[in-house]
Amino acid sequence: MKRQSNEAFFWMLFSAGGVVAALLIPGHLFLFGVAFPLGWIQPPTYEHLLALVRLPVTRIYLFVLCSLPLFHWAHRFRYTLYDGLQVKHLNEVIFSLCYGGAVVGTVVAGYLLWNIA
Amino acid sequence: MSAVNRETIKTTAVYTEFHPRWYRERVSVYWWLGQWQYLKFILRELSSVPVAIFVVITLFQLRALLSGPAAYARFEHWLRTPGAIVLNVISFFFVLLHTITWFNLAPRAMAIRMRGKRLPDLLVAAPNYALWLVVSVVVAWFILR
Repeated sequence: MKRQSNEAFFWMLFSAGGVVAALLIPGHLFLFGVAFPLGWIQPPTYEHLLALVRLPVTRIYLFVLCSLPLFHWAHRFRYTLYDGLQVKHLNEVIFSLCYGGAVVGTVVAGYLLWNIA
Repeated sequence: MSAVNRETIKTTAVYTEFHPRWYRERVSVYWWLGQWQYLKFILRELSSVPVAIFVVITLFQLRALLSGPAAYARFEHWLRTPGAIVLNVISFFFVLLHTITWFNLAPRAMAIRMRGKRLPDLLVAAPNYALWLVVSVVVAWFILR
């Protein structure tokens, strides 16, 4: 019974992260990863971005943007390795690395966003 | 049947443990290369890797932003290197695959009926795309303002 309730919890994180990733990441990635570096659109100034990041609402937004998609990744990547590579014997190791990575990323995001001057 | 015979039957009857084993064909590690549907499934699942890469890059961006203008200029310079652009373009297509497959799950998850007829899949998924457009425009507006 306990296993089942854990699974539901991780699945909810996966699902919430999937929604956040689907709605937000394409826009961010297109602007910062493609359009700005290729010179299609004039990138925002350093001062503007810093002012934006200082707003509490932006910090909460960025925390959600960084944390939930990592848990989404942890869930999907775990099962992709599980099914794709048939490495069932490494299940515990993979679980720890995936969710451990998501937790580390969440802590780093929280630390950075908390310490903005 | 005599008592002796009955005794013999009792002691000679040997029950072997019957351990059923299902016949399972060995599945190759490359099973997902065989069919387009399987490949699409694996590509969809692997889209989570570019999602994680995006988060890691964003965390580095945030650190650079907080370290000062010089650090942020170095970060922007790195984004303009060919390797970073190729990585981000590939990531972008994977994330698009994630978005589209995620939104198209809506009609699979719920069958909405109107006047006794099931709404077409496209119409059920449409609000997701509308929301995506609105959210992207709002986020872009804040970044570019």
